[in-house]
Amino acid sequence: MTEVDRTQQRPDEVTLTIDGIEVTAPKGALLIRVAEQLGIEIPRFCEHPLLDPVGACRQCLVDIEGQRKPVTSCTTPVADGMVVRSHLSSQVADKAQQGIMEFLLINHPLDCPTCDKGGECPLQNQAMSTGRADSRFRDAKRTFPKPINISTQVLLDRERCIQCTRCTRFSDQIAGDPFIEFMDRTSAEQVNVYRDEFFGGEPGGDLASHTEMGDEPFQSYFSGNTIQICPVGALTSVQYRFRARPFDLVSSPSVCEHCAAGCAQRTDHRRGKVMRRLAGDDPAVNEEWDCDKGRFGFRYASATERITEPMVRDAATGELRTASWSEALAAAADGLRAARDAESGPAGVGVLTGGRLTVEDAYAYSKFARVALRTNDIDFRARPGSAEEADFLASSVIGAQVSYREVEAAPAVVLAALEPEEECPILFLRLRKARRKGLAGGWSHGQQVHAIAPMRTRGYDKLGARLVPCVPGGEAELLAGDEAVAQALSQPGAVLLVGERLATVPGGLSAAAALAARTGAKLAWVPRRAGERGALEVGCLPQLLPGGRPVAEAAARAEIAAAWGLPAGVLDGRPGRDSTAMLAAAADGTLGALLVAGVDPADLPEPRLARQALAQVPFVVSVEMRRSAVTRYADVVLPVAPVVEKAGSFVNWAGQLRRFERVLSTGAVPDLRILDSLAAQLGVALGCGEVSAIRAELAGLPATAVPAPAAPSVAPAAAPEPGDGRAVLATWHQLLDLGTLLDGNEELAGTARPAVLRLGKRLAAALQVGDGDPVTVGTATGAVTLPVEVTEMVDGVVWLPTNSPGATVRRSLGAVGGATVTVSAGGGA
Amino acid sequence: MSAVTTPSADALAQLTPVLTKRWLSPEAWRLEVYETLDGYAALRKALAAHPDDLIQLVKDSGLRGRGGAGFPAGMKWGFIPQEPDGQQPSKPHYLVVNADEGEPGTCKDLPLMMTDPHSLIEGIIIASYAIRAHQAFIYVRGEAVHAARRLRHAVAEARRAGYLGRNILDSGFDLDVVVHSGAGAYICGEETALLDSLEGFRGQPRLRPPFPATHGLYASPTVVNNVETIATVPYIVLGGSQWFRSMGTEKSPGPKIFSVSGRVNNPGQYECALGTTLRQLIELAGGMQDGHRLRFWTPGGSSTPLLTDEHLDVPMDFEGMMAAGTLLGTTAVQVFSDADCPVYAAYRWMEFYHHESCGKCTPCREGNYWMKQVLWRILTGRGTHEDLDTLLDACDNLLGRAFCALGDGAAAPVMSSIQYFKQDYLDYIEGRTAPMFAPDPEAEALVGAYR
Repeated sequence: MTEVDRTQQRPDEVTLTIDGIEVTAPKGALLIRVAEQLGIEIPRFCEHPLLDPVGACRQCLVDIEGQRKPVTSCTTPVADGMVVRSHLSSQVADKAQQGIMEFLLINHPLDCPTCDKGGECPLQNQAMSTGRADSRFRDAKRTFPKPINISTQVLLDRERCIQCTRCTRFSDQIAGDPFIEFMDRTSAEQVNVYRDEFFGGEPGGDLASHTEMGDEPFQSYFSGNTIQICPVGALTSVQYRFRARPFDLVSSPSVCEHCAAGCAQRTDHRRGKVMRRLAGDDPAVNEEWDCDKGRFGFRYASATERITEPMVRDAATGELRTASWSEALAAAADGLRAARDAESGPAGVGVLTGGRLTVEDAYAYSKFARVALRTNDIDFRARPGSAEEADFLASSVIGAQVSYREVEAAPAVVLAALEPEEECPILFLRLRKARRKGLAGGWSHGQQVHAIAPMRTRGYDKLGARLVPCVPGGEAELLAGDEAVAQALSQPGAVLLVGERLATVPGGLSAAAALAARTGAKLAWVPRRAGERGALEVGCLPQLLPGGRPVAEAAARAEIAAAWGLPAGVLDGRPGRDSTAMLAAAADGTLGALLVAGVDPADLPEPRLARQALAQVPFVVSVEMRRSAVTRYADVVLPVAPVVEKAGSFVNWAGQLRRFERVLSTGAVPDLRILDSLAAQLGVALGCGEVSAIRAELAGLPATAVPAPAAPSVAPAAAPEPGDGRAVLATWHQLLDLGTLLDGNEELAGTARPAVLRLGKRLAAALQVGDGDPVTVGTATGAVTLPVEVTEMVDGVVWLPTNSPGATVRRSLGAVGGATVTVSAGGGA
Repeated sequence: MSAVTTPSADALAQLTPVLTKRWLSPEAWRLEVYETLDGYAALRKALAAHPDDLIQLVKDSGLRGRGGAGFPAGMKWGFIPQEPDGQQPSKPHYLVVNADEGEPGTCKDLPLMMTDPHSLIEGIIIASYAIRAHQAFIYVRGEAVHAARRLRHAVAEARRAGYLGRNILDSGFDLDVVVHSGAGAYICGEETALLDSLEGFRGQPRLRPPFPATHGLYASPTVVNNVETIATVPYIVLGGSQWFRSMGTEKSPGPKIFSVSGRVNNPGQYECALGTTLRQLIELAGGMQDGHRLRFWTPGGSSTPLLTDEHLDVPMDFEGMMAAGTLLGTTAVQVFSDADCPVYAAYRWMEFYHHESCGKCTPCREGNYWMKQVLWRILTGRGTHEDLDTLLDACDNLLGRAFCALGDGAAAPVMSSIQYFKQDYLDYIEGRTAPMFAPDPEAEALVGAYR
């Protein structure tokens, strides 16, 4: 034992020696971590800092003085006075590691040149650092049929597997989807999914269609992470398999555009084409994980119908034709100017920005609308919203920060109109982490999630959530009056998370704001789309200017006018119209033009009204990436860069700014450049031509002196009570659905949860239907028929996925959650 | 036919029929027979004592675990955290009896459970009372359906007679026993794999710490003891620790059931004091079969390194075997003669360990797979001199590097057979011994995944 100087040591620390270097470390820290901090890299495979230690691969053996045999540094906590020798200073440890490496390689195929992992493979790398140059193994290696699908997206080459259990531990511990598990034993031990044939059923179950027999594919929203953490090439994706070599790829940091989680990602590309995306490492947001939508959902940018050149509608043929940028910009400017300046007839321009813009692009729209179009008719909400929601966002969300870490540490989390696994998967993982930590510390000490929802879901179950049963539309009443919920939120550090769907419940957001104020709980608004929070912050709302400044407040307008160098009177003090009002005005012929950026009419609360409006309004400028339902009606189409081809930022639900730079350099231009040019055509110097200029301008905006408006106080609506033969509709989006950003991803679509209609036992009995039977939900607009899954849920409620195959609720039913619908057994009729 | 020899007086003096004393009584497995043969007398005495005194008694007796590792049983019981008298523990305590007897050559627990199941149940009640467990489990090897049936019958009898259930013999103590059949895996004899299997999971050893004493079955304080260990307890309660220590040696006291098999005239179970020698055991077993001369033997099953005829007089207790470079193990004495090939024996054992490796850790999963093939090559006349070095080095990389003791056990027969019988290996390699088998290309092509 060496002498240890304990004068600097805190009571929760220990001092030990590794390879002769003395180090002080927190009690309970694992040896392998502490060695890492000294720069001593001990080879390892099963060890992963975010997974429970398992000690299975035995690669990280080190020698500890006083121990009879080498011990695994990944499972051994440091102790005071411990004297450790790694392979760097101990022959025993070195020999042990070499021995394990040789064992690992005897059954590992020598197919590195054709293996996707080759070049970035921990086994390959550590075989070079810790292995022998020649193998002593002269016998037969184990073989398996290969590869096999464990889902439509994930492939498994079992003979490459080194049984480290990272994938199975991830699926079980992190995602809560233990669909993959080890089967068989000894050298035949293999990862697999449940298949009937293992238990006497027929072989050959086709996992490509997950309705087949009893086989259970790896149906997890997080399956891609197992590919990333696999230390060999056993798990690969159909999407990337055999597409590239890691050393030919350029890796660029990026931020995911799919939801409001704001995940750090790594985009790997080659010769101007994205080959794959990986989860980036950001402990404050996504740790090292991402969801499959973020990982695999990048094909939309290169899917069919990408627009690469501007188009204008030909006056002679009435068809869109390719045009030069100058012609198209001039035509767009002319149309917008005419509408803006019209004295009679249809007048004014409405701006619909969708929820997917970067902060910088959204800011350009916000400024363009106010300065160039001189209107407050701008709304980022391409979904059901309300005036109450706008007030809530202005009063309670602008500038608010509730971090992932606070959510993780919260003793109680209340979810209202939010199913995090479907609507914000990385938030879900953080809640699950809190749940697991709680379980490890004893059942009574963990985080308790309370879900105000009509039914238990797989996601809620995985969080161990307590269901606060609620008929859709009744959320407001519960938030206003439920004692248990209020009590939970009264604990210091408790968090109330509300989803964007709460906007459709009159009084819901008012009650949420009031509840948070009353209990002292933190409040966060979790929208689905990546750009919503950013658009809100920069004023893409009819009554808000950038920084949450109310349009109606003269002082607020003065602040912005000063920042933008505008004379008094340019900024209109009358709040504008929201999306629905703009569309209604367009449909009834009073609006002069629409400027539409990345909006799918099918996402709007009334798709029919949207189509009518687009058809009716005299002039439509569509800023789009691919041909869409909007470009069909457009007079001018301006092609725009997808996220991967531009720089920008998102603000995630937690209020964190997630900045990213351009990954692919193409000729595609971002929205902000188009707006800058359009403004120039309209005689306005917008100053928005570059991302850097906007970032500087945003940074230079002074803090507002105008107090935030008071939270809305709409009285809570009573839960709807359907009559006979009718039910209340519950609906939300499934993570993997018909969303346009998932276009071109068939393998990923195959891992989506099947679209089913859910109803309770009593309703099922009344309709005399069971699992799998067709049931039809109808409104005045139309009907949706789906197979039933009888689910434990609130009486008198039916649930449909909002936008999944066979269930396009907004388009087919024209309804939102809380609507009263008819329910009947059988299909259609 | 072989001539059965009579054991010497010295060998006969080693016999200590304690656990086996009822084995020859007809139907001793029935409760009423058991009761007439001192059955449940110890239980009455134990229930009158304070549980802590029972733990102390077992500590004083020096009883060491009979499952192979020889851990002091009383100390194991003492590790269970106990609340002050009258206070309920926050988590239940469990007693789990390891009846997954699967070590090659070992056949002591199964006959005990077949002939005298109530002695085990009586031991379970006493042990549970001592550690304040109200639920006990007997995890029976999956293949031993007969033993599981007999145990279930005995448990039902005991329950009817008031030895199990609520308020046992008016003592206020409650206990129930579940007889659980495994699914046929050697690894489930490892105590933490057993607990996982008992919980319904895949039987693979758990990471320790935490130890079963605090986080065992269902993460609750648990004692896992071998059948023979628990069955010994009633005799200690009746006879006292001094009586128990009158048998065996200072550090390895008590009687022990030796399972003697192989080239002896009367293979079977011989209960002798610890410290008995192989010479005495062979005498008790009627001597070597005619025409057979002792060549090598296992002291405690295949996981204990082989010994030879040099070791005929080494005392078979935990210390004596350790000094001879091997382990007492489960006292499964397999006797091999000059008609037996140590290379082939090593191969067969390696087949067993390869088949039974749970697959969790690298050295055991891959090392056994490899060594089995090397040994097969040697037996089929295709071995090389390097193979011997490779085998020894592979064993060196396996021994003490695996997750649990199964890996160490697998290395034992290979290392010890090469240590004592290197010439036999060389004879195959250099062609002096004809290949035992012809190469089998078809089977070898499939080696691994499906064999």
